[in-house]
Parts: sequence; C-alpha cells; structure tokens
Amino acid sequence: MISTSHLLYWVLFPPLIGAFFNGVFSRHLSRRVVHWVGVGMPFISLLAVLTAVLRLTGMGHDASVTATLFPWITVGTLHIDFSLFLDPLSSVMTLVITFVGSFIHLYSMGYMEEDPGYARYFSHLNLFLFSMLLLVLGRSLPLLFIGWEGVGLCSYLLIGFWFDDTTKAKAGKKAFIVNRIGDFGFLLAMFLLAFVMKGDLSFPGIKAAVLAPGSYFHAHLGFVTLVTLLLFVGATGKSAQIPLYIWLPDAMAGPTPVSALIHAATMVTAGVYMIARLNFLYILSPTTMAVVAGIGALTALYAATIGIAQNDIKKVLAYSTISQLGYMFLAVGVGAFGAGVFHLMTHAFFKATLFLGAGAVIHAMHGEQNIWEMGGLRKHMPITNFAFLSATLAISGVPLFSGFFSKDDILYQAFTHRIVVNGHQVLPAWLFQLYWALGLIAAIITAFYMFRLYFVAFTGSLRSKTAHPHEVNWSMATTLIVLGTGSIVMGYVGMPIEKLNVFEHFLDPVFEASAPFIHSTGNPTTMWSLMGASVTAAGIGILLAWLMYAGAWRNFPQAFTTKCKHLYSLVFHKYYVDEIYGALVVRPLMWTRDVLHQVVDKGIIDNIFVNGSARFVDLVGRGIRIVANGDVQAYVAAFLLGALALILIIF
Amino acid sequence: MSHILSWITFLPLLGAVLILLIPKSKSGSYKYIAVFSTFLSLVLAIWLWVGFDKGLAPNIAQLRASGPSLDMKAYGIQFVERYVWIRAFNIEYFIGVDGISILMVVLSALVSFIAVFASFLVKKPVEPIHNSLAGIQYKERAYYPLILLLSTSMMGVFVALDFFLFYVFWELMLLPMYFLIGIWGGPRKEYAAIKFFLYTLLGSVLMLLSMIYMYFFAVPTHGTFLLADGSHATHTFNLMYLAYNAHFKWVSFVTAKLLWVLLFIGFAIKIPMFPFHTWLPDAHVQAPTPVSVILAGVLLKMGTYGIFRMNFMIFPHATYWAGTIIAVFGMINIVYGALVAMAQRDFKSMVAYSSISHMGYVLLGMSSFTIEGMDGAMFQMFNHGTITSMMFLLVGVIYDRAHHRDMENFGGLARLMPVYTAFAAFAFMAALGLPGLSGFISEVLVFLGSFQAHRVITMVSMSGVVLGAAYVLWMIHRVFLGPVKHEEYAKFSDLNWREWTTLVPLMIIVATLGVYPLPVLHSMTASISALRSNILAPHTVHAMSTGLHAVSQIVKTTVGAG
Repeated sequence: MISTSHLLYWVLFPPLIGAFFNGVFSRHLSRRVVHWVGVGMPFISLLAVLTAVLRLTGMGHDASVTATLFPWITVGTLHIDFSLFLDPLSSVMTLVITFVGSFIHLYSMGYMEEDPGYARYFSHLNLFLFSMLLLVLGRSLPLLFIGWEGVGLCSYLLIGFWFDDTTKAKAGKKAFIVNRIGDFGFLLAMFLLAFVMKGDLSFPGIKAAVLAPGSYFHAHLGFVTLVTLLLFVGATGKSAQIPLYIWLPDAMAGPTPVSALIHAATMVTAGVYMIARLNFLYILSPTTMAVVAGIGALTALYAATIGIAQNDIKKVLAYSTISQLGYMFLAVGVGAFGAGVFHLMTHAFFKATLFLGAGAVIHAMHGEQNIWEMGGLRKHMPITNFAFLSATLAISGVPLFSGFFSKDDILYQAFTHRIVVNGHQVLPAWLFQLYWALGLIAAIITAFYMFRLYFVAFTGSLRSKTAHPHEVNWSMATTLIVLGTGSIVMGYVGMPIEKLNVFEHFLDPVFEASAPFIHSTGNPTTMWSLMGASVTAAGIGILLAWLMYAGAWRNFPQAFTTKCKHLYSLVFHKYYVDEIYGALVVRPLMWTRDVLHQVVDKGIIDNIFVNGSARFVDLVGRGIRIVANGDVQAYVAAFLLGALALILIIF
Repeated sequence: MSHILSWITFLPLLGAVLILLIPKSKSGSYKYIAVFSTFLSLVLAIWLWVGFDKGLAPNIAQLRASGPSLDMKAYGIQFVERYVWIRAFNIEYFIGVDGISILMVVLSALVSFIAVFASFLVKKPVEPIHNSLAGIQYKERAYYPLILLLSTSMMGVFVALDFFLFYVFWELMLLPMYFLIGIWGGPRKEYAAIKFFLYTLLGSVLMLLSMIYMYFFAVPTHGTFLLADGSHATHTFNLMYLAYNAHFKWVSFVTAKLLWVLLFIGFAIKIPMFPFHTWLPDAHVQAPTPVSVILAGVLLKMGTYGIFRMNFMIFPHATYWAGTIIAVFGMINIVYGALVAMAQRDFKSMVAYSSISHMGYVLLGMSSFTIEGMDGAMFQMFNHGTITSMMFLLVGVIYDRAHHRDMENFGGLARLMPVYTAFAAFAFMAALGLPGLSGFISEVLVFLGSFQAHRVITMVSMSGVVLGAAYVLWMIHRVFLGPVKHEEYAKFSDLNWREWTTLVPLMIIVATLGVYPLPVLHSMTASISALRSNILAPHTVHAMSTGLHAVSQIVKTTVGAG
C-alpha cells in the first residue's frame, strides 16, 4: 500500500508524465495513444486525490500530510524545500482541479477530434494540470509561485494554441504580459516576507510566525498591509480583477475546453486560493481586507454590466467569470474564507459546464460564436440544453441550485461580518453593507445577462441559415451530464444550516487562526431576510430577461440601444479600458523604447561618444599629418616661430 | 591526476597545434581534432568539478595575521599549479580554482565544446558571401586553430591566479576573437572587429595601469612575499597575496578608489556595462554563430569574474564604498537593455541586448554583499552562459536557412519547424526567468539579495521581469506565430542532428538546475561567503589605515630603491 505522503506524488506527477510523453513523441503517436495517455493520466491523479483525501478525513481534526522531495534552494538563510502538503484547503482544491480537469480532458477528446495539434493540445493541457496541482499542493510560497507561473505559461500556450491566427497569438501574449505585471507585486511581497521570515517561506512557517506571541507581524501592521496588498496585485493579475482583468476576455481565443478549465474553473481562482491560504496574514490588515473586498465587489458589478452587451457567447461567459471571481474576493475580503472557497468550488462546476456547453454549441454551429446566429438550440441539443440550463440556474442564484448556496452565503456574510481587532471593530458597518449592496445588484444583472444568453441561444428558433446543429458525441455528452449534475448538487455540501454545512466544517481548521478577528452580527432573521433578497434579485433578473428576450418586451432592447446610443456604446466597447491602457501604458513604453534605441543608444552613445572619439583621433591624425610632412625646412621655421613667440610671451 | 588544470586549459591549444601540423590535404580531420580536444577538456573540467572540495574556504582573518604562505589550501585554492615563470619580475605560472572560478571553468569548457561542434559543416553554404552559414568550411585551417586558441585563453583567464598571467590570457583572447569576427563575420565585420578590439584594448590598458601600480606599491603585511620555490620577493603579482597579505604603500582611500574604478571600467567594458556596451550588438550581429556563442556564453563573464576576483578580493573597502554605484549600473543595464532589446528588428541584435539586460542581474546581485545576492550573481553568470548560448545557436539555426535575421520577415515558423520552435520556446522562456528553469533561481536570488541592500534600485530593476517578458514574447510572436509570411520558407528543414546535439545538453542543464540547483549553489557558497565577509568586515577599514600610517617610511624606501 502506498503511504499517504507518497500518494501526493501520484497526484502530482501523472499529468507531468503525460505532458512529457505527448510532447516529446507527439509526431510518432496515434490519436488513440495520445488520448489514452492524455486523458488517462488526469484520471489517475483523480483516483489518487480521492484516496488521499479519504485518508486525510480519517486522520482527525487539523491533520495534514507532508511529502518532501528534496531541498530546493538553500543559500544563506534562505531554505526552501521541494515539498508538498495536503490539508483540507488543498484537498478541496485538488479535488476540484482533478475532477473537473479529468472530465474536461475527456470532453476535449471529442472537441479536438479533428485538430492536427491533438498531441500538442493534450501535452499542454496535462502540463497545465501539473502546474495547477503544484500551485495548490506546494507547501511554500515559492513553490506556489512555480505553479503560478507554470499555469501562466500553459495558459499562454493554450490561448495561442491556434497560433496561425495573429489575434489569437496576440491574446496569449497579452495574458502573459499582464500577468507578469501582477507577478511583479507577488515577487516583491515574497522578498519582503523572506526578509522578515529569515528565509523560511513555508506556509506552516509563516503561520507559526504570525501566531507566535510578540510576533513581528502584529507589531508591524503597515508591513503586513504592504505585503498582503502586493500579493493581491499578483492575484488581480491571475484572477482577472480590476485593474488587471483585461487579458481574460481576450483569452477566449483559446479552444473552449481550455477556457472552461483554465479561464473559468481553476487557474483564475488561484488568487482566491492564495488569499485563503494566507488568511491568517490577510486578516491582520483591515485595510487590505477592505481593499480586497472592495475590488471584488466592484469587479463583480462592473464585469456584470459589460456582460449585458456582449454578443459573443464566450465573451459573455468571460465577463461573467470575472464577475464571479469578484464575488470570491468579496468573500475572502470580508473574512468569509470558507464561503469564498465554497463559491470557488460551485463556480468551478457551473462555469465549466457553461463553457463546455458553449463549446458544444460552437462545435455544433461550426465555429459560430455570435448568439444572434443561434436560437432554438434546446430542441437540437437536449443534453447540452440540460447542462447549460442547470448551470445558468446555478449562476443566477436560483434556490436549490449550487450557485445559490454559495453566493447567498457570501452575501449573507458580507452583510453581517465585522472585522475586530483587540475587541474593536475596525471597519465601519456601512462598508460591509455597501459591499453587500454591490453584490446584490450584481446578482440581479447576472441573472439578467445569463438568461438573456440562454433565451437568445437556446429558445425560439434557429436564426442562422447555414448551420445544422447536432448533439455532441459521447465523450462530450458524458462530461456535460456529469458536470451539469454537479452544478445542481454541489451546493448541498455547504447548506446554510449549521449542522449540515459539511464543507465549511471540513475547512474550519485552515481558517481557525483568523476566526477570532471575525465577528458575525447575523441571526436567523437576518439570514432568512437576506436570502429572500437574493432570491428576489435572481427572480427580477430572470423575469426581465424573459420579458425582453422571450416575452412581451421584445422590442425594448432595440429601442433602448437606439435611444441611449452613447451609454450602449460605452458598455459595448467595455468602457474603452483597453484603449485607455494603450494610450497610458503601451504607447509611452513604445516611445521610451524607440527614444532609447534611436537617440540614446545609436545617436548619443555610439555615434557621438564611441565613433566620435574614433573620428576625433582620426582628425587629430590627419591634422598632424599636414604638419608632419617630413619637410625639414618647415620644421625649422616652425621651431623658430615658436621660440620667438615664447620669448615674446615671457618678456 | 596532477596538472589537471593545465590539461584543461591547454588541450585546445594542443589541438590547434596539431591541426596546423596536419597538411591541408587532410583538412577533413580538422574539425574532429578540434571537437575532440575540447571534448577532452570538458570531460576533465567535469571531473575537476566532481573532485572539487566544495567546503574549502579561506580563513581570511588568519591569513591576514600570518603573512604570505606557500600553502594555497589556506587561501581556499585547489588544484594549484605554481612555478616561477619570469624571476626578474616575480611572475609565476600560478593557476588554481576556488568557488568563484570553478563554475566558470566548467562553463568555459562546455561552451567551447558546443561552439566548436556548432562550427561543423553540414551543407555547403548557399551564398559564399555569407561565410557564417551552416558551418565553417571557409579557411578551416585558420578557423579551428583560432577558436581553439580562444578557448585556451578564456580558460586561462579563469584559472590564472597571477595577475600577469591573467593579463596575458586576457590579451591573448583578443587576437583570435578579432580574426574570427574579422574574417568569418557578416557584411560589416571589419567595423565590428575593430570596434571590439579597440574597446577591449582600452579596458586592458586601464587594467594594466592598475596592475603595474599594484605590483610596485604592494607591501607584505608580515615578512615577505614568497615565490613558488620559497624564495623571497619584494613585489608580487600573486593575486592571493595581493588580496590577503598586502597593503599598498601610500595608497590612500582615494587612490584605492581610483584603482578600483580603473579595474572596474576595464572589466565593465567586457560585461558590457552601460554606457560601454555598444560594441556588443555590433560584434554579435557580425560574428558567425559559434563565435557569438562563445562571446555571449563565456567572454562576457570574464568581466564580472574579473570584478569578483580583482575588485572584490583586492579592494574590499573600496568595493564596499562602490556598492550602490554597482547596483545603479546593474539596474540601468537591466532596464535599458530590456527596453532597447524591445526596439530591435534584428533577431541577433535583440538577443545581444537581452544579454546586456541579463548581465545587469549579475551586477545587481554582486553589489548587494549578501550571500543570496552574490551566489545569485555567480549562478546567473553560469545560467546566462548556458541560456544565451542556446539563444544564439537558435538564431543561427534560422539564419542558416533564411540568410537574414529580420524578425519582421519571419512569422509562422511554428507551423513549419515545430521542433525548432519547441527548443526556442524553451530557451526564451528560460531567458525570461520562468520558474522551474535555472534562470529563475538566479534571478530570484539576485533580487532577494539586493532587496536587502538597495530597496528602490531593486524595485526598479524588477521591472525587468515585465520588460523581459515583453520583448521575448513579442519576438516569439513575430518570428514563430501568426500566418506563414513567406511560402518559400516551407522548404526549411527542421533541426538536424548537429543542431540537436548542440542544444540538448544545454537544455538538460537549464532544466535540471532549475529543479535541483543545490550542487551548483554549494560549490560556490564557501568561497563567496568568505569573500563577502571580507568586504563587510571592519578590519578592511583597519588594514587601509595601517597602510596610511606606514606611508612616510615607505615613500623613503621606494624613492631610495628607485
């Protein structure tokens, strides 16, 4: 029998082997071998995770499993082991990643069936899975960072998977560079921490240092704020929050299963995971908490508004992802870490389902992504319809679907939580209520734009004259059914009833250290009334969507866009943020680059100084040559003139 | 094995002599002799590294107290070979390695071997005007001896522990380099070769000046300097004595700083450090691929190695004084190099500017005087050697096929040459510091170290993380992605066996050291920490002032002796 710590290797390494195998031998493999390996490896990981987590739950409260491979970097005081660890939080993450990941691999078999880059695709996707698992299993911040960058690389490779298309290749590049800006903050934070931690950057080490009596962190809250905010900059990059969200909509250029796995279910949640992982540090700084929650709430609302005006099925889903990630940050920002991770999990299911459903639609429509070309797909694709509808209900927060439980939990805790330091409430109550209000408005909009999408694409009749939609093949159908069912039922592990909330109980040990800082003002009355508000919000959104896109108010959207042309165009062009960044960041950078190259490098340094000094020597040489011409009489004449001049000067 | 270092150093030279002895009718054997001699040298270098005692470090306090000694182990030097060479000037043939040079020895042997191998001819050049195509079949009898001589002189620089010997090797390196660029180079080869030659010579003159100064004005703290055979000497070129057993008569702190600056500029030209860098892009763009590989892979490190060996060891106090200045220049190199790299259209020129940026990390790391930073700098030297070599080999691959390097005129190569693209992606990802590959570790160590010493400078330098990604990705975008721009490129063959053989070993090293860097980090740490504590120790200040006290007496003796 494999020991539990060795099981972690069985979780982590199969995808790496798969990636290596399909990457190196790609051109000599049949499709059958490619997908047996490419899809088989993630399932091996899944089995290993299931076994490991089962064993972990049997180990009792606060248990964790550590597996150390070898010391990675030891220099000076810095000591970083290459070691993995499994605790409740990483259990949840690995379960989600391997479960959703494995099924998306299965789905890809059908989706990428005819693609010439079959082996390359699976190699990249396996590599992604490996990096993502490393990210959540890494026992220290630097190891998390390897995974962090690894998933970024795979995201880059997969967004630009169809690299012949310049726009797609560009989207990959944009994603990588924007993420690098976030990494800048992440790295800086890591250096600051390493400095204080004297080289020990393992999570248990940091936790122990934070909790120690007379800890440096408690005495230097400014430092904590700085570090946590810098880490959060990294999170805004990876998890597509304001102001670094701009890469995610473009990332939809990648194959749709990639969007489902990387840009919806797993990678983009890395920032949330990181904050949940470091909850004991974040909770120390009320400022950071307020910023994280604020950015989250704003992003949730902002991205939702853009979602209304998008016509590309994947773009709608992209903005909804940004918006849902905003909810997760709102959650961790108000100290509702468990709820944040809960939403992360339900979101992984329903958003993956939405993307895979969209993928099925796009596949069936031969690449068409405009929802106005679709319509009536319900009849043509019943399985897809089932999955898409369940996920739409889930994301809209309709009761009894998974998203309802998690989103409601977040909004409830946002409303009732207070952050308390030394018995004092440090953030005003109105701030939490404001965040709640933003979240609630976003919930209305979410229900609206998601059902707009559903009604336009799936009901009515087909608008495209050329497409002949058909139901998907078995591999895609299986995945849709599994994940679609997941979008319905996954919420039941975290029901808002104290005793039945298995999920958050399981996570409790991870967030134990931050519990004393959180005070809940909630009671059953508040809970039920807030839940009523959430349900109403979802209802309003769905009703409006139905009226405007399937019911009596059908002419309203058209009339509205003509009447409020400017507002519509502002939203349709995503508030021109890309253009603003272009003018403020990209163009000045290009200008600096050209000035440095043409003026400073070529002009001043090389031309004036380097070659200038050569020319000067040359000139002096020529000058001397005129005088030193070998004519002795001229020399004597010059000598006499010089002597005469000297005499005149002296006397 | 005794004399292993001499063998490592001179095996290539032996190969060169052998080639010159073999008549031109058997010219087919030249390349095999060349590759065999460098291969043997590489095998020995690896053996040397395995046998290297990684824990040996000088006990500087004791060395200072005891005076010049013949026991080189006490100085942290291993594999010593030491003989009197020119007795009249106390010049010795003194070679050995410590933690500062061991990696450079391995790197130099490795890159030499790969460069020679990369010179092999695979097919006849299409246009004889471009002599750097495909392989070197043009004047092989001159080419191989020159590149082997270059290899010997580089190695000599890293093993020499006598300043004069160091200087000889340093200057010797100029000659083959000049001809290699000047004969086998591109259209503007003469300009590039002369620029390289004059620029480096300028640096050498500055170095020569300070060398002579030190020779005449260094006095032993205790007793006398000792030659290899035990005889006494009043002046010395011995770098270990200069570092630990000498102070300089009437060298005030101002003069020490001046000497430091002279040496530093001499080495800075080689790195190359802004603003002395403009020779590098020219030399690279004109040089044939194997020469570029050596130039970027090894020659640039001679600059930073020299700073470690001379400036840091001999003038610890002035080094301490100059810490911030070095850091500022490191920062400029990183940011400026990256920005200018972004502006390049020529593929090779872009890689050349990326070298400038990456060498900035070395400067930044060494300026921190922390173990992390200095280890990082040393490790970055090694990593830059392997990664940049890969990049130049890769540029060579496409130049061999397309006969141009204009990035705007490629596009879509990923479709045509998938294996080549995979290698290129690997190398360039390593260059932008992707975690899991070796460049990341050295970059992080450099930042981590320098952050403790220079906050703002490090933060500005860290923008290199973003800028580096920008120019690399933009290059990949222009060259490899998008639609195929020129249909005639469809006939390009993917990597051939020669190219595979040159790239795979480097790839393995870069990947392995990214995951398991400890063996390499360990081999330098002992020496680096000794070097560091010497710079930070208060006694460096003290030694300087005792030097000042002795001035008047020393002036008399010198004037009397003169």
